[in-house]
Amino acid sequence: MSDKPYVARSTMIAARVLGEETMIMSATDSTLFTLDAVATVIWESADGATPLEEIVKKKVCAQYDISLEVALKDAEVLVEQLAGHGLLLLSDRPIAQPSGPPKVNP
Amino acid sequence: MSSLITEMVGKALKLNIPLSVHLDLTYRCNERCIHCYLDHQDHGEMTTVEIKDLLDQMADAGVFYLTISGGEIMMRRDFFEILEHARKRTFCIKLKTNGILIRKKEADRIKALGVESVQISIYSHIPEVHDAITKLPGSLADSIEAIQRLRAHGIHVIMANVLMVKNAEDYAGVRALAAELGAQFAMDPTVTPMMDGDRGILSLNVDEAALREVFRNEALVGNVEEFCAPPRGPDEAALDMLPCSAGHTACYVSPYGDVYPCVQFPLPCGNVRNTKFVDIWRDSPQFKEVRSIALRDMPSCSVCTHGATCTRCPGLAYMEGNMRGPSSQDCEKSYARTGIPSENLKKRKASSLSFDSSHLVQIQELQSTAVNFVPIGKENNALNA
Repeated sequence: MSDKPYVARSTMIAARVLGEETMIMSATDSTLFTLDAVATVIWESADGATPLEEIVKKKVCAQYDISLEVALKDAEVLVEQLAGHGLLLLSDRPIAQPSGPPKVNP
Repeated sequence: MSSLITEMVGKALKLNIPLSVHLDLTYRCNERCIHCYLDHQDHGEMTTVEIKDLLDQMADAGVFYLTISGGEIMMRRDFFEILEHARKRTFCIKLKTNGILIRKKEADRIKALGVESVQISIYSHIPEVHDAITKLPGSLADSIEAIQRLRAHGIHVIMANVLMVKNAEDYAGVRALAAELGAQFAMDPTVTPMMDGDRGILSLNVDEAALREVFRNEALVGNVEEFCAPPRGPDEAALDMLPCSAGHTACYVSPYGDVYPCVQFPLPCGNVRNTKFVDIWRDSPQFKEVRSIALRDMPSCSVCTHGATCTRCPGLAYMEGNMRGPSSQDCEKSYARTGIPSENLKKRKASSLSFDSSHLVQIQELQSTAVNFVPIGKENNALNA
């Protein structure tokens, strides 16, 4: 399991949910990304306070037919990739955000 | 356009989502540009609370790209409060400004708020020419300082150069200036009518020879042979093409809350002061009508050899009197680009020849109309080098 279980959306992004997908643009280099439905669930739950494992258990495994072990492994790869592009913040402790996490859609 | 953006636009079209909105915060301005299509009065701008509520509604409706423009956006004292709220709702934001009020503090704030890009209009690299267009002495120097401040923060700056008679010789100089400042250069070869329909400012447009020269400038258009290639008439698939994103995945909101398909398409579709943004977007009969028009529904353009490749602006067509008709400014551009007249130009030429010279009144009327239609058109995408 990751030694940085807390994930929070960066404030330096633009993002919108489009159907079941999410489009995200990095404000630092204007690179555009899209997340599929499962990644969108993780992205939307990345509030800085909920550990990744809990997100996967409650939001992914509850909705999709997948084991926690496999889903968590995939989720860790995903958050590492997003963090690498500056879209997510990872930490070993809860991440406080100045005025709450950015609100993407209703 | 990248394939990912194309894919997202296609998805937004399918889901009827207004992916892009152009929001003018004010028509007030500290410059008085000779070609501006707006008046500069405040006829009752939306309040801070109204705009924040609108931003919330737009985010909920799925708006992703938000262009914040004016007038001069920084004439609003609440500009940064609005911008901050917009960023909290994670819009991808482009600002359009003349930059004159962007000092260090403002540049710091824009950087901190993660704005995607800032577009600043530069009409000439020669102060006398630029300042004569803006009618504000010292404006070029001030705008350049703003660009330098923004670039020092690594902010993406676009220098927009509107081509007109008074600066026709200067675009190469502006392009060189952009390179020197680390900014992107974008040219717009079109002066459009005033929003109230007054076409007087169209006389500022460059003539066809100048336009032809621009269209054959490799530095601006890329592959000239490809760009100026003779068109192949629209095939069956092309007849189902939509005119542009206006009303389909994009719209415009004025400082007074009026919603239109585009800033250049003044067809009133509703007002957010009395109807929810998403309801206007989904249910307005005007939007529905705009969405119902494909190339095959345009009597002149559907049989025109330029039909599939023309940059026809439905808003300019609407301002000429028929949103299903041709946009003569774009016909002129297609002609300058390829040397092949559009159906509309051929008809206009034929009808002008059919007049008997003894009917002087008719000839005078026709000539007066022709002057209004003389050259130009909007090349929104192709010339954005």
